[in-house]
Amino acid sequence: MDFDLSEEQRMLKESVDRLLEDRYSFEQRKTYTKAPDGWSRELWQQYADLGLLSVPFDSKYGGFGGGPVETMILMEAFGAALVLEPYFATVTLFGGCVRIAGTEAQKDALLPKIGEGKLLGAFAHSERNSRYDLADVQTTAKKDGSDWVLDGEKTVVIHGDCADKLIVSGRISGGQRDKDGIGLFLVDAKAPGVTRKGYPTQDSLRAADITLKGVKVAAGDMLGESGKAFPIIERVAQSAIQALSAEAVGGMQEMLDITVEYLKTRHQFGVPIGSFQALQHRAVDMLVATEQARSMAMFAAMMVDEKDDAERAKAINAVKVHIGKSGRYVGQQSIQLHGGIGMTLEYKVGHYFIRSTMIEILFGDTDHHLAALARAGGLIAPGTTA
Amino acid sequence: MDLRFTSEDIAFRNEARSFFESNLPPHIRRKQILGQRLPKEDVVAWQRILNKKGWACPMWPTEYGGTGWDAVRYYIFKEESCRAYAPDPLSHNIQQTGPVICAYGTDEQKAFFLPKLRNLDIWFCQGFSEPGSGSDLASLKTRAVRDGDDYIVNGQKLWTTNGHRADWMYCLVRTDTGVKKQAGISYLLIDMKTPGVQVRPVVTLDGDHHTNETFFDNVRVPARNLIGEENKGWGYAKFLLGNERAGIAKVGLSKARISLIKALAQRMQVEGAPLSENRRFREKLALIETELQALEMTNMVVVAGMKKSGGNRQDPRTSVLKIKGSELQQATTELMLEVGGPHSMAHQHEFLEALTDNAIGPDWAGTAAPNYFFGRAVSIFGGSNEIQHNIVAKAVLGL
Repeated sequence: MDFDLSEEQRMLKESVDRLLEDRYSFEQRKTYTKAPDGWSRELWQQYADLGLLSVPFDSKYGGFGGGPVETMILMEAFGAALVLEPYFATVTLFGGCVRIAGTEAQKDALLPKIGEGKLLGAFAHSERNSRYDLADVQTTAKKDGSDWVLDGEKTVVIHGDCADKLIVSGRISGGQRDKDGIGLFLVDAKAPGVTRKGYPTQDSLRAADITLKGVKVAAGDMLGESGKAFPIIERVAQSAIQALSAEAVGGMQEMLDITVEYLKTRHQFGVPIGSFQALQHRAVDMLVATEQARSMAMFAAMMVDEKDDAERAKAINAVKVHIGKSGRYVGQQSIQLHGGIGMTLEYKVGHYFIRSTMIEILFGDTDHHLAALARAGGLIAPGTTA
Repeated sequence: MDLRFTSEDIAFRNEARSFFESNLPPHIRRKQILGQRLPKEDVVAWQRILNKKGWACPMWPTEYGGTGWDAVRYYIFKEESCRAYAPDPLSHNIQQTGPVICAYGTDEQKAFFLPKLRNLDIWFCQGFSEPGSGSDLASLKTRAVRDGDDYIVNGQKLWTTNGHRADWMYCLVRTDTGVKKQAGISYLLIDMKTPGVQVRPVVTLDGDHHTNETFFDNVRVPARNLIGEENKGWGYAKFLLGNERAGIAKVGLSKARISLIKALAQRMQVEGAPLSENRRFREKLALIETELQALEMTNMVVVAGMKKSGGNRQDPRTSVLKIKGSELQQATTELMLEVGGPHSMAHQHEFLEALTDNAIGPDWAGTAAPNYFFGRAVSIFGGSNEIQHNIVAKAVLGL
C-alpha cells in the first residue's frame, strides 16, 4: 500500500499544475468563457502538446497508458482550476466508449486524433425522459440494409455543441427501459439529419440538445455488439463518476482554502471572523468532508477497474453518494461563511459551488446512487450472530 | 501510487485471521457479539493468549515485547481483531501507560512493570480528569508534595474507568503551583492499595459500573514511582494521548457491528417483511457504510504515511479519524437499537453483565439500549469532538 505518486505521476501532476497556474487564473478563465466555443482552443492544443488528451489511452494509440490514478491527478487539477475545455466529454466519455468497446480499426482511427487535439467528441446518451436511468433509451436505431438509421432526441449532451463526432445510443429492440436491445453508434456531428441546439450550462460549460432525423450510420460505425451496449454504457458512466469524483475534490479543496483565507482576513467587531468558534468548527467540518471525499476519490480509482461487476457497481454508487453529499455540504458552507460576498459572481468561490452542484447531478444524484447501493445490499456483507 | 495491500500484507492478514479464529475462546466471542460486558478474568485470559503469541503489545519497542510491525501491519492486526470480535487489549496498559514507561521509565520501573503490563498481571487505570478538569485537563488540582523519599498526594480524580478493577493508577498530579499550569504537573504511578486511596463507583447511563471517582487523602507514594522528571508530566501525557492513532477510528469495530446489524435485520419482521428488506432502513445503512468506506481509506492513507515517516509525522487527518470514527461508532449503536426496537426496552442488568445467559426477549437485543447509551461517551472522552474541532482549526487551518 503506497499512496505516494510515482515519478511519472508526479511529473504529470507538475506539468498540469504548472500550465493551469500560468494560464487559468480566475480572470483568464473569464476571457475563455467569452470565446465562441465558451472555452479556449489554444489551451486545448496545449493540453494535446503536453500529452494530457491521451492520458488514459494505450501507447499503441499514441497514448500515455495511464490508469485511474492518472485520471484522478488530471481531474483534480481541472476541478481546482474550474477548467472549461471539453476534456471530460471528449476524453472521458467519448474516448472512454471507444477505449472500452471500439474495434482495433475504430481505436486506430479515433484515439490518436483525440490525443493530438484534432478530434472533439461527445456522448449523446441522455434523453428528456431518462433522468438517471442508463437503460432508458427511446431514440430508435433501425436496420436499413447493412446500415442503421437513427431517430430521436438527445438532451443535455455535455459539449455536444462543439463536438466533431458523437457517440449516440439508440434502441434496436425491446421496451423503453430494457437493458437489452441498445446500440452505440458513431455519428458525424455534421451528418445529414443531425441538428444541434447549443447552450451554456449553469457552470459556464456548454451542452447541446441534439435531434436525429433519419440519420444514416454505416455498419462499421457501430460500437460493440448490436443490442449489447448497456454494459459499455455502464462502464463509461462508472469511469465518468471516477473522473468527476476527483474533479469534485479539486473544487472542494479550493472552496475550503478560499474560505479559510477569507476567515483570516475578513474583520468584523474588530477581529478576524476566523476567531469565532462557530465559524472555526464549520470550517473544520468542511475539512472533514473534503478529506473524506478525497478518500472516496481514491476508492473510486481503486475500484473502477475491479473485475467483479457487482462490487464495482456498488463501489461507484458509494463514491457518487459521498461526493454528492460532501460537495453539497462544502459548497453551501463556503457560501455561508463568506456571507454576502459569496453570493456574487465576481467572486470565485460561488463558481465552485455551482460546478459542484452540477457534478452532483451528472450521472446520477446522491439519492439515485444511495437507492442503488441500498438495493444491492450495501458494501458490507451480513455477518454471523451469536 | 499503489492502493492495494502487498501480498506479504495479505499473507499476514490471513495469519492473523486464522489466529483469532482458532484462539479466541468461544465464550468470550459470544459475549462480545451479544454486546455483554466482559468480566475481568476474560480480559486477562485473552491478554495472556496474545502475550503467549507475542502479540500483547505490538507497537512497543521490540526490546520490551513489541512485534516490530509497521503501521500497516498493526492496522491489519487491529482490523482482524475487530472482525473476530476479540476484546480490545486493556488500553491503559498497552496503549497508554506502557509506551510512556518504555520511553521515560527508569530501568528499574521498566523491569518491574513492563512484563506485568503485557501479561495483565498488573491492571492499570488512568488518573487524569478531575471534577473541575475535563477538556481543560491541565487545570488539574490534585496535589503531590515531596516529603523525604515520598510524595504526599491529596485530591480527587473523576472518570477513573476500571478503577475498581485496577491494581495501579498512572496519575497526573500538581507538583508546582507557582508556574504556568502545564509546567507544574508530574506523572506518578500509584499503588491502589496504598492507605488513603478510596474508590467510589459512578454508574453511567447504561446502568453499569465502568467508572469511578477516586479520592486521595494524604496518600504516601514513593518518589521512585515518579515517571521521568518532576514537573515534566504534561509532556508525557501529550505523548500518551498522541500514541494510539492507527486504531483510533475503530473502523473494524463499526464494520463488524454493521455486518451484525444486517444479519439481525433479516430476522426482524416489519409489517410482514424482514427489516432487512425495508427500503428506508437499507438506505440509512448504506449511507453509514459509505462514510465508513471513506473513513477506511482515510485511515489507510494516514497509516501508510505513518509507515513512511516511521510514525513520527502527525497527520492532520488523525483528527478526522477521531471525529468521524466516533460519529460512526455512535451511528452503529444507534442503528442496533433501532433494529431491536421494543425488544431493547427491558432493563436487564445481569444479562448485560454476562451473569446470566437468559435474556428477556431475544438475546441479541438485550444490550442494544445500554450500549447505545454508553456509546455517547465515545465523542466525549480522549478530548471531546468539540476539542478536536478546536485543535484542527488551530493546528491545520491556522485559525
